[in-house]
Amino acid sequence: MKVIKIDKKDWTGGIKKIQDSYRLFGPVKGEKFHDFKELGKGELPDLNFSNTRLSPKSIVYPQSEIMFEYSLDEKDSDHHIMKDAAKNYSPRAVLGIRPCDASAFLLVKRNFDTPEYRDPYWIRAYEATTFIGAACNNPCSTCFCTTAGSGPFNEEGLDILLSDAGDCWYAKAITEKGEKLLNAAGWSKAAAGGSLKKIESLKKEAEARISSSILTDQLKNKKTTELYEAPFWEDVSFACINCGTCTYLCPTCWCFDIQDENSGCSGVRMKNWDSCMFPLFTNHGTGHNPRGTKLHRVRQRFMHKLKYYVDKYDNGIQCVGCGRCIRSCPVNIDIRRVCDMMNSYDPKACACPVK
Amino acid sequence: MLGYIDKIREISKRLLDEGRVDMVIGFRKGTMPMMNEPAFVKTPGEVSTLVWDSNCGINLANYLTDRKEKIGVIAKGCDSRNIVTHLLENKTKRDKLVIIGVPCKGMIDRRRITAMFDDEVREVTEEGDVITVKGTGFEKKLKKAEILQDNCSKCIHRNPVLYDELAAPLVEEQKDIDRYADVRLIEAMSPQEKWQYFEDLLSPCIRCYACRNACPLCYCPTCFVDEARPQWVGKSQDPIDIRTFHFLRAYHCAGRCTDCGACERACPVGIKIRQFTSKLNRDCLDMFGWEAGLSLDQRPPLDTFKPGDPGDFIK
Repeated sequence: MKVIKIDKKDWTGGIKKIQDSYRLFGPVKGEKFHDFKELGKGELPDLNFSNTRLSPKSIVYPQSEIMFEYSLDEKDSDHHIMKDAAKNYSPRAVLGIRPCDASAFLLVKRNFDTPEYRDPYWIRAYEATTFIGAACNNPCSTCFCTTAGSGPFNEEGLDILLSDAGDCWYAKAITEKGEKLLNAAGWSKAAAGGSLKKIESLKKEAEARISSSILTDQLKNKKTTELYEAPFWEDVSFACINCGTCTYLCPTCWCFDIQDENSGCSGVRMKNWDSCMFPLFTNHGTGHNPRGTKLHRVRQRFMHKLKYYVDKYDNGIQCVGCGRCIRSCPVNIDIRRVCDMMNSYDPKACACPVK
Repeated sequence: MLGYIDKIREISKRLLDEGRVDMVIGFRKGTMPMMNEPAFVKTPGEVSTLVWDSNCGINLANYLTDRKEKIGVIAKGCDSRNIVTHLLENKTKRDKLVIIGVPCKGMIDRRRITAMFDDEVREVTEEGDVITVKGTGFEKKLKKAEILQDNCSKCIHRNPVLYDELAAPLVEEQKDIDRYADVRLIEAMSPQEKWQYFEDLLSPCIRCYACRNACPLCYCPTCFVDEARPQWVGKSQDPIDIRTFHFLRAYHCAGRCTDCGACERACPVGIKIRQFTSKLNRDCLDMFGWEAGLSLDQRPPLDTFKPGDPGDFIK
């Protein structure tokens, strides 16, 4: 695919043009940290960031999303009938998404877009979105993307990859969607012959800066029941306070809860993010809770990401190594440590490999 | 405070050796700068994993709730006050605990330090009152007193109020501290300004409940926001539901909050949650001369009645 050179003086003008035909989302610095927001006309994304506090998953999969609306007023002819809520699936673009977060969408897609079930809200929003990645020249010490199936210049899940070459951006069009957006922006100057080499060398440098890694090679071979019964879960789960930080910040956590909310004579049916860390997540109507303790819940989170997902999809782990859960966990539970315990677990050695 | 650790390990080892406790609850070294992880040790051989420094801000009383074992627990001033509150509220038993008191000199504010630098902070070390912050290509020394967690900078109960062992000599308490300047600022606002202030304060909330779950006071078997039959509070990002959660939680902590700062420390989006509890703490001090968790001999003001209690609110 071709590489376009975007001079930094053409940046602002191109972004304005993109906004003529796309709703544009990008990282914006708030009071304390960067997060993705829909940009107002002429508002620029701030790409001077390592990564956003929250993942960009909410651009396709909002924390709260109304699916249906209904009236409970019997005077209305269509009372008690669920009607599709108005939606805006016009083209949207995410400018500045990190490659790890973009690859997370492919991973979530395996759950929301299957031969048996298709989540229409997620799929339509996803298909409406063009992903313009900003390659990561300076990964954090908590980033372990290169051993989690992604990388600072990983192209999977992206339509365009931008590489910061100092005085200009190199924009590599990866898909037709990406080419279309570059045309809309008016960015059309083909980069000189050496650009691919330059991108390749930036990529090598960035990958060399990744200082953190995990081993996942043995996860598939481990017996599920043996991992489930491993003695280290007491140690792993002890500090956990069962908040939703890790799951809500995670770009790959996809669980949701459906709720009806009425106000007066009208109501909505919506889906809201949910978290396997919450006791209510698995509470049965009978009052019985199959995951009644925090050990159950912490084990579920790690088993899902690092074992059940691995076995079900045969496509790596349910994690892209963005490191958000490590950086924001209030009690410093570290998925890298847990992954290593699981990957190296030997029930015969049995002495708890904790300390 | 680094010097405390040998003594903490020595006491912990002795308690485990003598079989006086089944486990000691403390901290092990974190995997990130300025973070330690609450952890337990069950054998004398493991005590070397225990650490103590200016990054032990988590309130360990939170890990005692309803546990049945005999526990040695490491307790700085605020933890010890929450242990007292736990004892008053029957969430733990005195004879199940050996409290290893740690006279505290304050915990450093991880978020503030992170925000001071454009590049990632990769290493933080401390020596006495000097904190050294390092990243790729930079190094800066900071005075600990200037980068304390806000609650620690206002703390007047650094020494544990209840202990069986002591990890170090008691420290001098801070005096002449203006603890409620923030409260006065908000009190001086007009109702509209207050409304806007709290709207802005809560706008980043993602309802992860880290504030609630990090709080040793929040041990209800089913929190009102989790009540499902009937459901009390909506689950979406509706600002009314978010407000309801924060306001009710704050009131539920009235007369019980020790201002340990666990809620603010835990919040992944940096909400200053103590803006709510500080006001309630000051009201309890003004109206009842009460600070939570200082004594086992007195009932908290909101679960008892005295003829002299202020009654101006009854019209």
